Amino acid sequence: MTPEQPTPDHLLSILVRDEPRVLTRITALFGRRGYNIKSLSVGTTEHPGVSRMTIVVSGDRGVVEQAMRQLEKLHDVVKIIDHSLEKYVDRELVLVKVAINPETRVEVRQIAEDFRSRIVDVGRHALTFEVTGDEGKITAFIEQLRPFGILETMRTGRIALTRGSNADIPAHVYHPGETQTLQPVLSAEPREERAREVPNLF
Amino acid sequence: MNGAKALWATLANHGISTVFGYPGGAIMPVYDALTFYPEVRHVLTRHEQGAAHAAEGWAKATGELGVCMATSGPGATNLVTGLADAMLDSVPLLAITGNVASHLMGTDAFQEADITGITLPITKHNYVVRDVAELPRIVAEAIRIARSGRPGPVLVDIPKDIQLAPYHGDIPAPHARPEIPAPSPESIERACELLRGAKKPVMMVGGGSLDAAAEITALARAWDIPVITTLMGLGTFPASDPLWLGMPGMHGSVAANRAISEADVLLGLGLRFDDRVTGRVSGFAPHAAIIHVDLDAAEIGKIVRTHVPVRGDAAQAARLLAEGAQPPARAEWRAQLDAWKARTETPSHWGAGSAVKAVVDRLRPDDLLSSDVGQHQMLAAQLARFEKPRRWINSGGLGTMGFGLPAAIGAGMAEPGVRSVVIAGDGGFQMTAQELATLKMYDIRNVKICIINNSYLGMVRQWQELFHEKRYSEVWLGDSNPDFVKLADAYDVPAYRASTAEELPGAIDAWLADPRSALLEVVVPHEHGVFPMVPAGAALSEMIETEPARPGAPTPEASEA
Repeated sequence: MTPEQPTPDHLLSILVRDEPRVLTRITALFGRRGYNIKSLSVGTTEHPGVSRMTIVVSGDRGVVEQAMRQLEKLHDVVKIIDHSLEKYVDRELVLVKVAINPETRVEVRQIAEDFRSRIVDVGRHALTFEVTGDEGKITAFIEQLRPFGILETMRTGRIALTRGSNADIPAHVYHPGETQTLQPVLSAEPREERAREVPNLF
Repeated sequence: MNGAKALWATLANHGISTVFGYPGGAIMPVYDALTFYPEVRHVLTRHEQGAAHAAEGWAKATGELGVCMATSGPGATNLVTGLADAMLDSVPLLAITGNVASHLMGTDAFQEADITGITLPITKHNYVVRDVAELPRIVAEAIRIARSGRPGPVLVDIPKDIQLAPYHGDIPAPHARPEIPAPSPESIERACELLRGAKKPVMMVGGGSLDAAAEITALARAWDIPVITTLMGLGTFPASDPLWLGMPGMHGSVAANRAISEADVLLGLGLRFDDRVTGRVSGFAPHAAIIHVDLDAAEIGKIVRTHVPVRGDAAQAARLLAEGAQPPARAEWRAQLDAWKARTETPSHWGAGSAVKAVVDRLRPDDLLSSDVGQHQMLAAQLARFEKPRRWINSGGLGTMGFGLPAAIGAGMAEPGVRSVVIAGDGGFQMTAQELATLKMYDIRNVKICIINNSYLGMVRQWQELFHEKRYSEVWLGDSNPDFVKLADAYDVPAYRASTAEELPGAIDAWLADPRSALLEVVVPHEHGVFPMVPAGAALSEMIETEPARPGAPTPEASEA
């Protein structure tokens, strides 16, 4: 890959034990090995003791493979999902504060309506919108508003779930009530799968 | 029972017989409780770094867990080098640190350091115990993590109030070692297929294979594949076997580096393709399909392209690969390898090389050989002939000067009936020379220290000579080195000295015959280098085989005059 080409983004979900310093452990691993985190969101899950991180990391396939394998070795990591390997839904919440004047007020409101965005704050010279959606929608929304003058934006970072009825945390990984009985990282099977994916350069 | 007693009870329950450490304010309850647990021996080193390296020496010799202990703040930070060393060499190590009381943590209290934060990137895992009820379970889990899979260091930080808090729970028994998943049959079959078609195969084994020596030897003989052992893998394959080619990499043998550069199939077992092994990666094994067997999936494909990844334990994989053996005739390859092997140089003139050789030639197969870091380390690795694994104790990944003496003490205490020889340089020895006091205090009798004294930081000097136009910047120690014999005498350690080739054999005899631990200083010419050498950033095929002539420069012998 030549330096001019943009590196692709990868969307990872990382299920971790809810322990002190786990965020530091994960981000330090990315930092030390020079993998750039583009977006990071962390929240609790339906299982007490398990948190879920969604990380967008840029890099070629090999970089992401290596990042995942290094992550898997961390004691706090319960499971890693590379969403590029399956179907998923993802969302991001963005607040956008855009400048308005009497001439543009209606037009801005119309754009927001088209994007099913809600107004969360009204000022004399600015409107603040809330918009959720996937990356494409949010980018398009912001681009539409840009000519009016964007004063501030804040994005939560992407979150994602695998599509379908299976849960990402298998029941056997976690036994409710005993936070310490989390099984160590995954079964051997998916890791073997990945090991076989090492690119054959011959 | 308080937390401190629960800690010792848990360690004792896990069969921990020896702990290397150093007390201090924030770990005093643990040292107080120690007096109630005579079944665990505490070894007082003279520096926490010594404790960590001694625990590593113990672990490297036995394959069992090493344990070290320190107080908060400066005590804990002094363990850091040892933890980083254990991390890079995959040594099972448990470090216990005291810390200030829970309510003082985070307040910049006296002797407080955020040791779990500091050691986060250099431990496999670490813990702060926040509830005494959790303490024994955490220690048991830390031991399991340190020993399982790819071993490594785990740190448990225990605030002082937790050490003193009453504990009413059970003392946990050791976890069973988790079963290691077998390599996939498909990967084994693909590897066998490659080996069947190989005309110039070579096998390379590293520190992850130390406990698979028997299986690897059987595998090599079954397939008739020559074996290269990395710095960390020395002894995994017997040096006396005609299939052994030596060590690869920066100071590897001519045969090993040429074989890698020519091979069509390279079977790597339990190694991580360190840059000191590969040289320039794009020039490493340029013609070879690479089969990489490793327990740690993150190592496969990390540095070199991998044709057949085999995830699993080296012993299991070697056994499975040997079952598929169909060795084709490879007379030409053998002839080529033998020709390269014949070019192995033995040092002839008086210098560090011949001195190291004289010492290692006197080793028995069971003897432990530790080294510090530098020229003498590479010379020992090149010249010693290991027949068994876990006899070579050295700091490979981190290259820690000062490692040798404390590691030899730890290894020697693990195997008191075995001679524990350490080869050090005059530079590195002075980094942990205070551990001579540990030898005296415990009357350890099997540690034999050999200092190769060339009055220089020899390896740095060699690089300055080759790559910095001989600007010898800050590497001369000759005017300030202590009299090592007198220094040993001050610690009541018997010492001998040899300064010429003629004196050396007699001095070695006297040194080894001494019933106590003893020191031998060998004064050698200043400016010898270690060769072969692959310059940093070069490919293995660009190896400098012999010491370049120095036109106009005084010969090593003349410079002595």
